[in-house]
Amino acid sequence: MIDDKTLADHNLTRDEYDFIVKLIGREPNLTELGIFSVMWSEHCGYKSSKVYLKKFPTKGKYLIQGPGENAGVMDIGDGLAVVFKIESHNHPSYLEPYQGAATGVGGILRDIFTMGARPVAVLDSLRFGPLDKPKNRSVAEGVVSGISGYGNAFGVPTVGGEVYFHDCYSQNPLVNVCCVGLAEKDRIFLARAQGVGNAVIYVGAKTGRDGIHGATMASAEFGKETEQKRPNVQVGDPFKEKLLLEACLEVMAKGLVIGIQDMGAAGLTCSTTEMAAKSDTGMEINLDLVPQREEGMNPYEIMLSESQERMLIVTSQDKVKPLQDVFSKWDLEAVVIGKVTEDEQLKAYFHGELVIDIPVKAVVDLCPAYRRPVEAPAFVRRLARFKVPGMPPDLDLNQVFLQLVASPDIADKQWVFRQYDHMVQINTIVLPGADAAVLRLKGTKKGLAMTLDGNSLYAYLNPKRGGEIAVAEACRNLACAGAAPMGVTNCLNFGNPEKPEIMWQFKEAVEGIARACRQFDIPVTGGNVSFYNETEGQAVFPTPVLGIVGLVDDVATIPAAGFRGEREAIILLGENKEELGGSEYLKLVFDQEKGKAPELDFRSEKSVQEVCRQAIKQKLVRTAHDLSEGGLAVALAECSIKSKKGLGFEVKLNDPIRTDALLFGESQSRIILVAKEKNAGKILALARKMKVKAKVIGKTGGKKMVIWHRKKKVVDQPVELVRDAFKNSIPGYFKV
Amino acid sequence: MKFGVVVFPGSNCDYDTFHALQNVMEQETVFLWHKDSDLQQVDCVVLPGGFSYGDYLRSGAIARFSPIMAEIKKFASAGGLVLGICNGFQILLEAGLLPGAMLTNKNLKFLCQHVYIKIENNKTAFSRAGRKSQVLSIPIAHFDGNYYAPPELLAQLEERKQIVFRYCDGNGRLTEEANVNGSLHHIAGLINEQGNVLGLMPHPERASEKIVGSDDGQVIFQSIIDYWEKKAGGRKKKAGKTVRPVVSPLPPLVGSL
Repeated sequence: MIDDKTLADHNLTRDEYDFIVKLIGREPNLTELGIFSVMWSEHCGYKSSKVYLKKFPTKGKYLIQGPGENAGVMDIGDGLAVVFKIESHNHPSYLEPYQGAATGVGGILRDIFTMGARPVAVLDSLRFGPLDKPKNRSVAEGVVSGISGYGNAFGVPTVGGEVYFHDCYSQNPLVNVCCVGLAEKDRIFLARAQGVGNAVIYVGAKTGRDGIHGATMASAEFGKETEQKRPNVQVGDPFKEKLLLEACLEVMAKGLVIGIQDMGAAGLTCSTTEMAAKSDTGMEINLDLVPQREEGMNPYEIMLSESQERMLIVTSQDKVKPLQDVFSKWDLEAVVIGKVTEDEQLKAYFHGELVIDIPVKAVVDLCPAYRRPVEAPAFVRRLARFKVPGMPPDLDLNQVFLQLVASPDIADKQWVFRQYDHMVQINTIVLPGADAAVLRLKGTKKGLAMTLDGNSLYAYLNPKRGGEIAVAEACRNLACAGAAPMGVTNCLNFGNPEKPEIMWQFKEAVEGIARACRQFDIPVTGGNVSFYNETEGQAVFPTPVLGIVGLVDDVATIPAAGFRGEREAIILLGENKEELGGSEYLKLVFDQEKGKAPELDFRSEKSVQEVCRQAIKQKLVRTAHDLSEGGLAVALAECSIKSKKGLGFEVKLNDPIRTDALLFGESQSRIILVAKEKNAGKILALARKMKVKAKVIGKTGGKKMVIWHRKKKVVDQPVELVRDAFKNSIPGYFKV
Repeated sequence: MKFGVVVFPGSNCDYDTFHALQNVMEQETVFLWHKDSDLQQVDCVVLPGGFSYGDYLRSGAIARFSPIMAEIKKFASAGGLVLGICNGFQILLEAGLLPGAMLTNKNLKFLCQHVYIKIENNKTAFSRAGRKSQVLSIPIAHFDGNYYAPPELLAQLEERKQIVFRYCDGNGRLTEEANVNGSLHHIAGLINEQGNVLGLMPHPERASEKIVGSDDGQVIFQSIIDYWEKKAGGRKKKAGKTVRPVVSPLPPLVGSL
């Protein structure tokens, strides 16, 4: 009989245990318990989230593969498919920032190439505590080096993403990594163990004791003893991963693979049971044959190890030898450890003894799903009632402008992305720092645009709206590159789901995302849920991060992120509203994280994006930039800072709203387009036709950034000064 | 002209270099597998960027023991053209085909960015298509690109005009700020005494098409082609190209089993 302490160590309840006993018809041994514990962990089993994730739309025109596989797949024409997915590696990255982040990259890369795709881009969404605390700096520095160390050596460009700072992330940093791969459309590989008698082959690195119960660790709150969990974090070897990539793609190209699955969370356990369960087969393996890095490992350790850079392949017996030849060419092991069976059981032998004998479908498909209690937290209504105080009469908006540009959430992230190789594979045509990253597709005119987005303060104030806005803004970012969105992956980072308030935030955010995806008619192709981002009872803001990919028909039309020429017309699409709730401005000037998250009207959002795309397609747009944190003034400043010629601007506004809201309010559905003067009329006409508010608000040029409101000059700063404030802010924290 | 791009385990700019040579410069290009010892009669060997053997131990330190390196040494001593880009440069240093060593960048971080380099010596096989003092915009991406050599060696390199490229600002000035990795004498590219082996930290293959931001890297490839064509007597054969995103290993598959 398994005692309560053992169950607690495995994060299983007594009820869950009784269910396991019922499923297998006897008491499980410790190894079998370990298997259930990890497969039924929140991380692998989605037990709190499953009932809500069903709300996502999962069908679409270009969809080849939706949720349930290692990654989503979309058809992008020319016989090619894009394969993409996002994963979190939050918990390990706090314990051991470098390896935690590095193996986060390694894991998502394998998810992509296990499907037959070559990883062509990585984007990451990072959230740290404020940089004025040394601990937060060390976490940030470790995470960035870890991503850089792994991705650079592997040879995948890290092309974009986002970095935000807030105290709620001081003890729970978020590291979400999204990988995008390219595959031949007719050569997608799935995690299947078909064909009774076929060989089960273990390839890649040896198995060690690292990362045992990593998935279970990621499924509980951290307490004071968290530091002791460090041995649960795996260690990455990007060099081995690169070899594994080349070897896997080569055996796939040679037709030597029937099914393949990477060993990520829950390692050998997950790959064996999932491949068999999805194919209505079983598997019989001999644990003595598993290549081991350490001596004396027991079945429990072998099955639950999360050692990196390993894959499981199923192929027919006659292809074993040619497959092994390819792996040996790449100096990798490929060992037959068992075979596919008919009985839908996972059977494992160790020293001649049967040590595991469990039904694969029970492990994979029967993880209990919980509809946990939900309750709106009291603070949500309280914060929404907050009335934004009047503008202090002595407030110097010109100075606030400078401070906002330098606030770490808005400031230049070059300190981060220049540590990433963002150019390898020479496809990156829009470099990091723009709204969306764009890769060219060699040999075609097309480009693949991608972005990661999420604003956790909006989600904190209103999780549903936060979810909606994350989708809308990601699509808006793509529109600024001229791309139409195709498919979505998401990473949902929340606190402890056993608390009704957290579960409510989750449910609301999912509903928001689902609604927005239906509005934009884009399917969710997969993603990841990360709960328990909570330390000593302090949860992170609800942080849904959306990864959306889209296609640009002709890369020659893509506008720049910065101003390009003197005296070009600056056009604002959309409407300036008096909205300051949840804004960076409110946080900076009033030290308040309150109010209502900005409104979002899907109809106007979609038309604004459509006008933007049309204008770009007609080659009318020189520069495009969407409005987000910091509002209109910051968006204009960014266009100026990113101008290679250092061009300033002069903008005149007459909107009948508060000046601070006009400059820094974060109303949605707004885009700045810059065009040659003679083309401005054409863009306005296009907007009129689609019933989008648009007007020329000023022109580019000069060496200053100038904004007038109702004949009063409210912003007047030299370009160079603003640029320095923008660029020096983050490096300033890391100066020794 | 026929180029050979060496593939070490961990090379990751091999396809990029192949693409620039075969599809942009339109020269016949083959991959050379590190375990082979056949150079397939190429006219120029390119050691591409990446992290050969994970750059474990020291950048380039293990790759120099690959079987193909013995052949490359013979090829170089017979006057064959060898270009080492980034990790390739590091391997050439470790193999003793070029003098000096690389230290970690002065800010102790990986650096990926566009930099400017200036042609110091345009009389070499790798720079003749450029003008003296011409400024090229070419990206770097490395951790260990901080060139070091003892003073007497540096003096010798200067005297023999072996420093072919130096880091500079957009106007060709040798400012401290422009020397991002801290290399002594701003060294970005170095040639051997015989003038047939060049090591270059910046990546010309990443700057060979306007669409990716710059095509200044073509100057370096074009120099090699011009040099070779002059030597071989004005043969101007262009290779066909089949451009397609690299998914699976390109045919022919890299390396023999």
